[in-house]
Amino acid sequence: MELFQKFGGSGRRSNARRIASVAAIAATVALVATGCASGGSDTASTDSAGGDSPGSIVFLPKQLNNPYTDVVLGGGDTAAGEIGFEASTLGPLEASASAQVPFIEQATQEGANVIVIAANDPDAVGPSLQQARDAGAKIVAFDSDTNPDYRDVFVSQVVAKDVGLVQLEMIADQIGGAGDIAILSATATATNQNEWIKYIEDELASNPKYKDIKLVTTVYGDDDADKSFKEAQGLLQSYPDLKGIISPTTVGIAAAGKYLSTSDYKGKVALTGLGLPNEMREFVKDGTVTEFALWDPAQLGYVAAYAGQALLDGTITGAEGDTFTAGDLGEKEVGADGIIIVGPPTKFNAENIDDYDF
Amino acid sequence: MTTTTVQSEKPGPAAHDKRNPVAAFFRQREIPVAAALVALVLITFAINPLFLSPQSVKDLLLNATIMIILAVGQALVIITRNVDLSIGSIVGLVAFGTGSLFNIAPGMPIPLVFLIGIVFGGLLGAVNGLLVTLAKVPALVITLGTMYIYRGILSTWAGSKQYFSGDNPKEFGNLSVDTFFGFPIITIMAVVVVVIVAIVLGLRRGGRDLYAIGSDPDAAKLFGIPTGRRVMAAFIACGALTGLAGILYASRYNSVGALTGSGLELDVVAAVVVGGVAIFGGSGTVVGAAIGAVLLSTITSSLTATRVDKFWQQAIVGVLILAAIVIDRVVSIRNTRKLRVSEARDV
Repeated sequence: MELFQKFGGSGRRSNARRIASVAAIAATVALVATGCASGGSDTASTDSAGGDSPGSIVFLPKQLNNPYTDVVLGGGDTAAGEIGFEASTLGPLEASASAQVPFIEQATQEGANVIVIAANDPDAVGPSLQQARDAGAKIVAFDSDTNPDYRDVFVSQVVAKDVGLVQLEMIADQIGGAGDIAILSATATATNQNEWIKYIEDELASNPKYKDIKLVTTVYGDDDADKSFKEAQGLLQSYPDLKGIISPTTVGIAAAGKYLSTSDYKGKVALTGLGLPNEMREFVKDGTVTEFALWDPAQLGYVAAYAGQALLDGTITGAEGDTFTAGDLGEKEVGADGIIIVGPPTKFNAENIDDYDF
Repeated sequence: MTTTTVQSEKPGPAAHDKRNPVAAFFRQREIPVAAALVALVLITFAINPLFLSPQSVKDLLLNATIMIILAVGQALVIITRNVDLSIGSIVGLVAFGTGSLFNIAPGMPIPLVFLIGIVFGGLLGAVNGLLVTLAKVPALVITLGTMYIYRGILSTWAGSKQYFSGDNPKEFGNLSVDTFFGFPIITIMAVVVVVIVAIVLGLRRGGRDLYAIGSDPDAAKLFGIPTGRRVMAAFIACGALTGLAGILYASRYNSVGALTGSGLELDVVAAVVVGGVAIFGGSGTVVGAAIGAVLLSTITSSLTATRVDKFWQQAIVGVLILAAIVIDRVVSIRNTRKLRVSEARDV
C-alpha cells in the first residue's frame, strides 16, 4: 500500500508543487497514450481503401517482431503489392492462444476482405474467426492451422509429414542411427509443432530403420529464447546419454545451438530441426550443428496472399481440386481438407548456408 | 538517529549481538533463504547427481549472474520504499544497443562497450529518478510508465531486427563462458558488484541514509537527509547495474531484439523480496537479494533436472514470496513488541 504513497509526502505542500506533480502525471499519461496511438495509426490507415483496390488483406502472425514471421510477412507484402491489396499486419507481441482474439475482432471491424492467420491455438481463435466470416471475410490459415471449421483454406509450408520425417532423417544421420533423442518444441499447444512431433513418434514406432532410436522426452521452450536455453540445459542434465536434440522451431534451435556451442556438449550432442539460416550460420560454421531444414518462409506468405485473392474473386472455394495461380510461383492446387502445399523443405548445411539470406 | 531508524527494523538481533553471536547469526534475514538454497541444491543432487557436474555448476552460476546484478540494483531502490518496474525494458534497450554498437563499429574495445552500456542504463535510471523525486509521483506509477515508454522506444528502434551472437566479436561472446579457476568471469563480476554495494550500503553514510529514507521518509527529511538526492542516486545506480546486466545478456544469449528482457522486472522484484528485502523499504541487504536471485534461478534448473513438471515452478515461486512476506511480518511485529518492552524498561 505504501508504495502508492507519494515519496516524502508531508501533506503540507504548496499548490505549485501539486500542480507540478499533476503535470508530471499528465505528461506520463500523454507519453504512454501517444505511444499507443502511433502504434494504432499504422493499422487504422488501411481503412481508407481506394475504390479500385481489389480489397484489403490483414496478416495475423503468431507474434510480431519475430524474425521468421518477418520473412513470411515480407513474402505476403510482395504478393499483396502485386495483387493491389491494401495490406496490413496485426498481432500480439507474445505468442499466446488468447492474444490473437482482439486483433481478429479489430480486423473484422475494419471490414477486412481477407484475413490470413497463423493460429497460436486451433480452437481459441474459432469464434472470432466465425464472426469475421459472417461479416464476409475470407479466412486463409497459414503456417499453423486453425480448426478446419473456421477457415476456407490452409496454406502449409510443406507436407506436415515431410517436415516431421526430414527432421528424423537428419538426426538419425547425425547420431549414427542409434541412441536417445529429445525434442525441444515451442508451446505445448502449438498446432504445427505437435503435428510434426506426432509424425516423428509414429515413424519411430513403425519404421524398423529407427528401431534403435529412442525419443526420451519432449520439452517446451515456449518460443522464448531464455526459456528454451534453460530447457536445453535441463535436457542434457536429466538425460546424460542423450545423443541428439530435434528442435522444430526457429527460436528453440537457435537457443539450443547457443547453449551447445558454449558448453562441453559441443560436437558430442547433435542438434537439428527447423532454423533460420541467418540465425544458425554461426553454429553451422563452428561445428555445433551439421544440418537443419526449413522452407523458404517468404513463399508461404506469398502463396497465402494469392490464395486470399483467389477466394475473394471466386476462383477457388476451398474445395479439393480447385486450382489458382500464385504469381511467380505458378499454379497451386487445393488438396484434401482445403490444404495448399507450397513446396518441399530445404536442408541447410555448411556447403549451402551462405546462399540464403533470411 | 540514522542508526536508530535503521535498527528499528531489527533491534532485537542488534541488542543481542554482543551477548550471543551464534543466535544473532541465525536471526539474520539471509539465513532462511540461504538454507533453502542449500537444501534445494542437496535434494536435487540426491535425485540427479549430474546436477553438480562441472558443466551444470557452471550453468547454474551463469544463469544466476544476470539475475544477481539486477536484484542488487532493484534492492537499492526498494530499500528506499520505491520500486523500478522499467528494468526489463532497460535490459532490452541496452542489450539491443550493444548489438547495434558492434554492428556499427565491430572493432570497438569491449571495456568501452561496457562503459557505454552502463552510462546508458544510468541515464535511463536517472529519468526514473528525476520523475520520482522532482515530480513527487509514486515510483510504481512512474516506472510502470517508463517501462512501456522504454519498451516502445525499443520496439520502434528494433522493429523485427535482431542481432545474433554471431554478429558480435568472438571475445565478447566468450566473456560469458570463460572461467577463472573454474568460476565464470561474469559471475566473479557479479560477486564484486554485490560486495561493493553491500559495503557502501552497510558502512557508508549515504548507504545508511537509504534505509532511513525507506523506514520513514518524513523523519529522514526532518533529520536533514537529502532524500531527493539519495533516492535519485539509488535509481541511477539501479539503472547502471541494469545496464551492466543488459550487456551481459547480449553476451550470453543468442539473440537480442525488441522483446529482450520483457517480463524480467517481476522476476527480479520477486527475487529481492524472497531475499528478505521488505517491499515497504527500510530493511534487507543486497546479499540477501543476491541469494534470493540465485535461489529463484536455481529452482528453475533443479525442477528441470529432476524432471518435475515446469508448470509447478511458478506456483513454487509464489509460495516462496508469500513465505518471505510472512516471515518479514512476524519478525517486525516481534521486534516492535520487544522494542516497546525495552523502552519501557529504560524509562
